[in-house]
Amino acid sequence: MSEGKIRIAFYWMASCGGCEEAQVDAVSDEPSLINILDIVFWPVAVDFKKEDVEKLPDKSVDVALINGGVRLSEHVEMARLLRRKAKIVIAYGACASWGGVPGLANLYSREEILSRVYSEVPTVYERDRKPMVKYVAEEGVELELPEFLPILLPLNAVIEVDYYIPGCPPTPETTLNALKMLLSGKIPPKGSVIGASQRALCDECPLNATKPEKILVKKISRIYNTRIDPGKCLLAQGIPCLGPSTRGGCTALCPKAAMPCIGCYGPLETHIDYGGKVISFLASIIDSKDEREIARIIEEGLPDPAGLVYKFTLPASRLRLNLMKWGGRSV
Amino acid sequence: MSSFRMRKIVIDPITRLEGHGRIIAILDEKGDCIRAYLQVPELRGFEKFLEGRPAEDAPVITPRICGVCPTAHHMASTKALDDLFHVDPPIAAKKIRELAYNIFMLEDHALHFYVLAGPDFIVGPEAPKEERNIVGVLKKVGALGYKIVSVRRKFRKLNEKIMGKTIHPPFGRPGGISKPLEPEVVKELRESVNEAIEIAITTHKIFKSIVLGDPSIYKLVTSDVYRHETYYMGLVDDKNRLNFYDGKLRIIDPRGREYAKFDVHEYLNYIAEHIEPWTYIKFPYLKPIGWKGFVEGPDSGILCVAPLARLNVSDSMATPMAQQAFEEMYETLGEKPAHYTLAMHWARVVEIIYAAERIKELAEDPDIESREVLNIPTKTPGPTGIGVVEAPRGVLIHHYESDERGILRKANLLVATQFNAARINMSIDKAARALIKGGDVREGLLNMVEMAFRAYDPCHACGTHALPGELKIVVELYNERGELLGKKYLRD
Repeated sequence: MSEGKIRIAFYWMASCGGCEEAQVDAVSDEPSLINILDIVFWPVAVDFKKEDVEKLPDKSVDVALINGGVRLSEHVEMARLLRRKAKIVIAYGACASWGGVPGLANLYSREEILSRVYSEVPTVYERDRKPMVKYVAEEGVELELPEFLPILLPLNAVIEVDYYIPGCPPTPETTLNALKMLLSGKIPPKGSVIGASQRALCDECPLNATKPEKILVKKISRIYNTRIDPGKCLLAQGIPCLGPSTRGGCTALCPKAAMPCIGCYGPLETHIDYGGKVISFLASIIDSKDEREIARIIEEGLPDPAGLVYKFTLPASRLRLNLMKWGGRSV
Repeated sequence: MSSFRMRKIVIDPITRLEGHGRIIAILDEKGDCIRAYLQVPELRGFEKFLEGRPAEDAPVITPRICGVCPTAHHMASTKALDDLFHVDPPIAAKKIRELAYNIFMLEDHALHFYVLAGPDFIVGPEAPKEERNIVGVLKKVGALGYKIVSVRRKFRKLNEKIMGKTIHPPFGRPGGISKPLEPEVVKELRESVNEAIEIAITTHKIFKSIVLGDPSIYKLVTSDVYRHETYYMGLVDDKNRLNFYDGKLRIIDPRGREYAKFDVHEYLNYIAEHIEPWTYIKFPYLKPIGWKGFVEGPDSGILCVAPLARLNVSDSMATPMAQQAFEEMYETLGEKPAHYTLAMHWARVVEIIYAAERIKELAEDPDIESREVLNIPTKTPGPTGIGVVEAPRGVLIHHYESDERGILRKANLLVATQFNAARINMSIDKAARALIKGGDVREGLLNMVEMAFRAYDPCHACGTHALPGELKIVVELYNERGELLGKKYLRD
C-alpha cells in the first residue's frame, strides 16, 4: 500500500451486481475514498481487460476484491489469475465467501438445472435446443461459451482466500470498516472475517431487550400466515430468526423491518458448520419432549430446513451435496 | 487496409452492459460485416433451485437475480404471492409498495441517463474517448451532476427506511408489507419530494438542450442504423396509461395497432421462448406469430419492452408534466410507435418525470400513514401465482406453482433483458453491418455499434455510475480456416 494508496482490483463471478451497488453506495457515503483507491481492474466500471491483468507483475496488486460464486469455467480462470497478481485476496459478500443464494443450485444436478431452464419451462416449445460450449455458426466461425460447472463453489475452493467481508450484500458500513482496517495496516490473521462484528447479530438487534432468558415455543411459524409484532423478539414469537447464529454487522436491518434474520452475514468464528449450528439452536427452542409432537412442529414450521439454514452457505457446508453426485472431481 | 484475412471481431468483455457479455462480428473476405452476435455467457439456474422452497421465500431469493434491480424482482415476486395465497393487500400496502417502487425507478433511471447514456449523448459520440465518460458528463453539466449523486443516495436511504434494505429488501409479504411507515419517514418523504421533481425537470431540460439542440446527435437518434419495426409490450392501466406497478399487458404491432391486451395470467397464450446454442440467454417471442429468426416486421414474433416500448403501448401518461413531455417526444420524432432504438433514452427521461410526479402524489396521500398494511392469507395456497411489474428495463413476470402447503413446485421467470434479447441482437447486427465495411474497424465506428446495445440500459451499471467506463475493443484476425493469426487492441 505505497504512498497511502491501495492498488485495488474488483471482479465479479456468479453474482447479482448487489455487491457493486453496495460498493458504489459506500463511495457515495465517503467520496474521499476515491482518492486513495488506485483501481487496476473493474470490468463494470473501468476498461482494463483480462489481458491487462495478465501483463501486471505478479503480486503487484495490493488487494483483489472478488464477489460471486464460482459457477463457470471462466470464473476459475479469473480467480487464479487474480490470485497470482494480488498480495491480498478478499472474498467480498456471501456468494464469494460461501456460495450465497445461487449456491442453492447445488441441491440439484447440472443436468436438472439445464433441463428445467431450456426444456421444461412452459414457455419453451423447442425441446431439443440448448446452449453449447462450442458451436459453429452458419457463417463457419466457432462461437464459444464458458462451461457451466457441475456445482457452484465458494472462492476458497479454487484459490487461497486471505480475508472475508460478509453480507448479501455487505452494507456500506461493513465495506468501509474493512477498507479502513486494511489502510490502518492492522492486518488481522489470515482467514479472518473483516469489517463486521465479532459477536452475534442479536447483540445489535433493538429487539434483543425483549428476548427472554430461555426461549421455548410450542409452535414454529411460517411468515406468510403470521402477524409479526415488530416490537418483540421474533424468535420468542416462534419465527425462525437466525440472529443467534449469525455474525452481526448489518445493524439488524431485517429484524428492524419486522422480518427474521436470514443469515446473510454467515457464521461466527467459532462455528464449524453454519447450518448445523442453526438446526441445533432451533431444535433447542421447541418446548416438547414428545417425539411425535416435535416432528409435527418441525414439519409445519420448518418445511425446507436446507433452504432455511443453508440459504447462503450450502456450497461451503459439510454437505457438499453435488460434489458427491459429481464423483468428487475437482476443478 | 488490407483485411482479406480478417474474419472475426471480438468485443470481450463489454464493460457497460449487465453482467458478462461479448460481441462477435463476423466479416467476409471483403471485410464487410455479415453478421454480429451478442453472447451472454451467464447462467445460475434460479428457476430450478426455487423448487422445494416455501413460497414466502421467493421475494427473498429472487432479488438475488439482480442486485441492481432487486426491487423489481422483489415486487414481481410479492405480487405473485398475493396471487398464490389468494389475498388482496390493504390499500395502504398497495400504495406504499408503489411509492417505494417509483423511488427505485427514479434513482435507477436517473443514474442510467447521467452515467451510462450520458457519455454518448451529453458529451457526444464524436468526443475524445477520454472525455466520453462520467467525468466528461460532470464537466458539461457542472454541479448538477454531483447533486444527482447525492439525491440518488438520499432516495436510496429513504427506500431503506421504507423497505428495510435497499438492496434485497425484506419488505413484501403475501397480502401486504412487513411494517407500516413510521411518521418520521412520512415526514422526511414529504420534505424530499420536491427534490425528485426538480431533478426530473432539470434532466428533461438538459436532454432537450444538449441532445436535441445538436443536429448531429438528433440525426443519429433518428438514423435508420438504429431502427427496428417490432412489436412492443408494456403495462397499462384501465385508461391505457403507463403504470410501473400494476395493470394489463398491452401489445401493439409495428404500425401501432393493438395486437393484444391481457391479464398476466394469460401470458402463456402470448409468450414463448426460443433458444440459440451460442448463448445462455433465451429469446422470448410472440407465440401466435412464432419464431421467424432475427428479423423485424409484423410477420416476425420479435417484441420489445423497456421505456420506449412502455410509451409506445400507452395512449397517454397519468401525470401532467410527463404527459406534456410524452406529447412533445412523439411530435418531434414524427411517429408513434417510435421505432428508433436510441429514442429509448428520451423515453427514459419522460419516465423519470412520471416517477417523480407519482412519488409526490403517493407521498402526499394520507393513506400511506395507515397502520393497516397486511391482510393475513387464510385460504389454501396454490396452485398458481403470477405477478408482473415493469422493471426499469421492461416487463418482468414471475410465475410460481405450489402445493397446498405453499411449497414451490415450479417457477418460470421472464426477465426484461431477456424480452429484449432478440431485438438487442438485431440492433448489434444491424449497426455492425451498416458501419463495418471493407475491414474498416475504426474506434469511432465500433463505439457506434456499442451504442446500439447501450440504449437498452445495461444492468450492471452500478460500477460505471461512479467511475469512468470505457469499452476496449479486441480485434482477432483469423484466416479462412478459422485459425487465429493475431490480436490487436484498438483501445489501449
